[in-house]
Amino acid sequence: MAKGTWVVVDQRDGKIRKVSLELICKAREFGDEVAAVIMGSGVEGLAAEVGKYGADKVYLADDAKFAQYNTGAYAAQLAAMAKKYEPATIIFGHSAMGKDLAPRAAQKLEAGLVTDCTSVEFAAGKLTFVRPIYAAKAFAKVTVDTAPVMATIRANIYDLVEAPKSPEVIKADIAATDADMYQTVKQFIATISSRPELTEANFIVSGGRGAKGPEGFTMLGELADLFGAAVGASRAAVDSGWIDNSYQVGQTGKVVNPILYVAAGISGAIQHVAGMSSSKNIVAINKDPEAAIFTVADFGVVGDMHAVVPELIKQIKK
Amino acid sequence: MKIAVCVKQTFDTEAKIVLKDGKVSEDGVNLIINPYDETAVEEALQIKEKQGGEVLVVSAGSDKSQDAIRQALAMGADKGILINADTNADEFARAVILSKVIGGLGADLILCGHVAADDGSSQVPTRLAEILNLPHVNVVNKLELNGGTATCTRETDGGTEIIEVKLPAVITCQVGMNEPRYPSMKGIMQAKKKPVDKAAGEAVASKVTIGSYFIPPAKAAGKKIEVDAPEAAAQLFNWMKNEVRVLG
Repeated sequence: MAKGTWVVVDQRDGKIRKVSLELICKAREFGDEVAAVIMGSGVEGLAAEVGKYGADKVYLADDAKFAQYNTGAYAAQLAAMAKKYEPATIIFGHSAMGKDLAPRAAQKLEAGLVTDCTSVEFAAGKLTFVRPIYAAKAFAKVTVDTAPVMATIRANIYDLVEAPKSPEVIKADIAATDADMYQTVKQFIATISSRPELTEANFIVSGGRGAKGPEGFTMLGELADLFGAAVGASRAAVDSGWIDNSYQVGQTGKVVNPILYVAAGISGAIQHVAGMSSSKNIVAINKDPEAAIFTVADFGVVGDMHAVVPELIKQIKK
Repeated sequence: MKIAVCVKQTFDTEAKIVLKDGKVSEDGVNLIINPYDETAVEEALQIKEKQGGEVLVVSAGSDKSQDAIRQALAMGADKGILINADTNADEFARAVILSKVIGGLGADLILCGHVAADDGSSQVPTRLAEILNLPHVNVVNKLELNGGTATCTRETDGGTEIIEVKLPAVITCQVGMNEPRYPSMKGIMQAKKKPVDKAAGEAVASKVTIGSYFIPPAKAAGKKIEVDAPEAAAQLFNWMKNEVRVLG
C-alpha cells in the first residue's frame, strides 16, 4: 500500500535549496509520514538539517555518481527507490533541478506529474494542486489519479517552520550505473554574487527600459544593498545589453515570489508581470502614469526613477 | 543530419483568457506556433544550413495545428507530420503519442521548445526522451554540434552549465538562443507544396485530471502618487518601513 510523502531534496555541494525545506514543512500537513530523499556525495550530514523541519525519514543515496547533478543517475536512482519503497506522493521544488528531474523520473514510473504549482492542499484524503496557465492569466486545479502522485512546487510559497525530529536514515542501494550518466557536465560557472538569488529572494529591486543603461543598474544595486535585496531586470533591459540575462524576471526568465518587488522603469508587459505577479508587495516607479505596471502595483510612484531612486537611497541612509 | 522538431500550436501570448462553461474559450483567439518551438525550428534550420540534412516538423493536436506546421515549412523545414491527438491529453499521454511517431523517424537530433506558452508544464520533451531512451538537455541557450556530440550551454540555478551528450538526443530550447526568421513570400509559397503527412494518434489515458479553471480576481487598485521626487521618496520610504516592514 503506497505510503508516505517524499520530498526530493535539491542540494548542490552540500547546500540545500530553501524550497526543499519549505516543502518538508508543507508535507507535514498531508496526514502521512514525510521522508526527505537526499542524493549526493558526502551528504550524510544533511539528514540533521531536514530533521530540523520535521522529516520522519531520510532516504539517503550517497555515491560519487551523484556528486554533480546529472539527470540520468538521479532519475535512475529515484525511480529505483520509488519502485522499492512505494511512496504515495513525490514532490520537488520547481527549481532548475526539480524541473529537469521530475518529468524524467515520472516517465520512468509512468506517473502523472503536476508542475509549477503555486499551491497544494490536502483535503478529504486527496491532494489538489493549483498551477498557472497562459502566463498566470488563468489557473487550473489539478489532481493526479494514479500512484505515485508527483508534483513540482514553486519556491517562497510555504514558510519554514521548525519541528525538530531525529529522522530514521535509510541507506538506499545504489541503483544508478555509469551507463545512466548520459550527460557529461563539462563546466559549471557559478554566478558569484553577494546578493541573494532571484528565485529565493525576499526582496527584489528590478530595472527596465527606464534604467537607460548599465549605470541605472548600478544605482538600483546600491538601493538593493541597503536592504539585502536581489537585483532583477526586464527583458528590454537584458536585450539592450545593460545586464546579464540571468537577471531577467519574466515568462522567459525567472519566476519570483518575494515579499517586496520594486519595479523601476518597467512598463509592465504581460510577459514580465507573469514572472512577478505573485509578489506579496509591488512598488512601481515609472514616468508614464498609464504604464501597465501600475495595475499590479500596491504602491505606485509616477516619476522618473533617476530622480526618485537616489532620493529613496538618501532617505534610507538617514 | 536528420532533425525532428516538435511544435505545438498555442494561444497568442497577448490573448485575453475567458472561461466559457468552466473551460478556457478559444473563441476569437489568434493561434500561433509556440514561441519556444519557433526557436527550435530556427535552430534546426541553422544546423541544416551549416551541415546539410533534413528538418521534419512534428505536431500532435487538432487539424488547426497544420498552421503551425505550415509556418515552420515556410521558414524552411522540409516536411511535416500532423498527429491527430486529443488536445486535452495530459503530458504523459502526449509524450507517448509523440514517441510512437518520432521513435520511427531515425532522427539524429530532436529539438523542442523547453516549455509551451499555454500550459507552462515543461514536461513533454523530457518524457519523450525517457520513452525513446535518449539523453536530453533542457533549457539550452547555445548548442554546438561536433560530430556525434552536442555541447549545450544552459542556465541553471546559481550559474551556467556546459553539458555534453552524445547524439541522438533531445534538446529543449530557450528563447533568445537565436532570432527566428520571418518566412519570406517565396518560403510561404514553397510551403504549400511541401508534404504534410497525417498520422493517427494513439488513444492513451491521461494520469492527471484538471478539475476546474479560474481567472484570478483583478487586483484592487493600489496607492498611486505623483509628487516631486523627494516627497515621493519620503512617502515610499514610510510605506516600505511601516506597511511592508522591510526597512529596520
